[in-house]
Amino acid sequence: MFDWRWDFTFEILPRLLWATMNTLLAAGIGYGIALVLGLVLALAQRTPYWPLTLIVREFVEFIRSTPLVLQIFFVFYVGPQFGIRLDPWTSGMIAIGLHYAAYLSEVYRAGLDSIPKGQWEACRALNLSARRTYFRIIIPQALPASLPGMGNYLVGIFKDTPMLSVIGVAELMHTANALGSETYRFLEPYTMVGVIFLAISLPTAAGLRFFEAWVRRTLGMSK
Amino acid sequence: MSEHTYPNKLEPGSPMVRFSNVTKRYGPLVVLDSLDLDVAPNEMVSIIGPSGSGKTTVLRMLMTLETIDDGVIYVDGEPLTHMERNGDLVKANASHLRKMRGNIGMVFQHFNLFPHMTALQNCMEAPVQVLGLSKDEAEQRSVELLDLVGLADKKDQHPSRLSGGQQQRVAIARALAMRPKVMLLDEVTSALDPEVIGEVLNVIRKLNSEHSLTMLMVTHQMGFAKEISDRVCFFYGGNIAEQGPPDQIFGNPKNERTRQFLSAVLEAT
Repeated sequence: MFDWRWDFTFEILPRLLWATMNTLLAAGIGYGIALVLGLVLALAQRTPYWPLTLIVREFVEFIRSTPLVLQIFFVFYVGPQFGIRLDPWTSGMIAIGLHYAAYLSEVYRAGLDSIPKGQWEACRALNLSARRTYFRIIIPQALPASLPGMGNYLVGIFKDTPMLSVIGVAELMHTANALGSETYRFLEPYTMVGVIFLAISLPTAAGLRFFEAWVRRTLGMSK
Repeated sequence: MSEHTYPNKLEPGSPMVRFSNVTKRYGPLVVLDSLDLDVAPNEMVSIIGPSGSGKTTVLRMLMTLETIDDGVIYVDGEPLTHMERNGDLVKANASHLRKMRGNIGMVFQHFNLFPHMTALQNCMEAPVQVLGLSKDEAEQRSVELLDLVGLADKKDQHPSRLSGGQQQRVAIARALAMRPKVMLLDEVTSALDPEVIGEVLNVIRKLNSEHSLTMLMVTHQMGFAKEISDRVCFFYGGNIAEQGPPDQIFGNPKNERTRQFLSAVLEAT
């Protein structure tokens, strides 16, 4: 019953590894979008203009309360009805980037809220502009507190890239599915997908912890 | 505004700081009630009084950390809280506040140093980012000031490696690096251990005697206020209940409230 075939495993490995590149690329681009857009969403909730705060707040809640796979379908299949025709990669990156931006904005928000009022007052007293206050004083201090959350979502976005297979992005899961339907063997492709994900996730999580410690040291804020 | 008239500019030779009929409310609570206070150039004014008397609010309004509800504050002859538009005084906008804020420096009770920067970087930050000094100029200025507060050898330490007294001295150097005309000291020794209060007070003595700075100091150090001040203002209930030279306030207070406050404070020490 349990017939694992090594020769088949090695035969499909190159295609799986090639697809892993796409998975990493998707996770990397998606995370890059999320990092930047998440900061925009977090800062937009801190302006004195309350309508903007309200709109962004609701938008973030909306994104966080609906499934990622629905958002992917929406961008890819509903977009064309409004004349927005995007290829699977672009649609996928927009959807997953936006989705994780919403989550990251909450991580940033918590980090920004953790900065004592006295830091803002010192910036005001020294006449630092709002931009410099954020980018030179507040964000560098909020970073150490935000890093664990940011790291979780890096691993999270990586593990969510298989959802992109539903619109035909040729990442790892999509390739495993294709191999399965070509050969009618699913055991080896899916097992290898799991192994590859583990082999990347575990060292990444460990690396992130080292990175956190390094950032704290560099900022002179080690505990 | 009330029936008061507020000039668009003060005459030359006028005070460095003028509070004219300034009122501050938090909801129904009146924190400052029609305050009038003039501070002459290079004058050292101590503000004492019970908590809730509005003394810290005076400094926070000058630093533009708080808005005011009525009246006008002038700094160096120009309105701070307001600006001139078509011959009238209107509420100051952000750029006017920014311009005026450059005249004022503040040292806080809890230091508020930037923890991710060294002592030197703390001092250099605003001169480089706000005044546009080159890194070299800012560093030279900052090292001089750290030397003035006796911490040149600690310039590459982060605040977490410094004692409270050292942190507060760095904070003083940081404020001085912006070359303010008016320096605000808000209970600068209240968060310090007793054994390091002296080193901070020594720095303030030095500033007062060697630098031309107008200083407003909110303090609970009565002995120090008596020694260093040109004038002492006793705040009670959102206004100045009594003011005068330190000998008069501490030696022969006229106001019953002042007497009560001082005897309570002196009893505690």
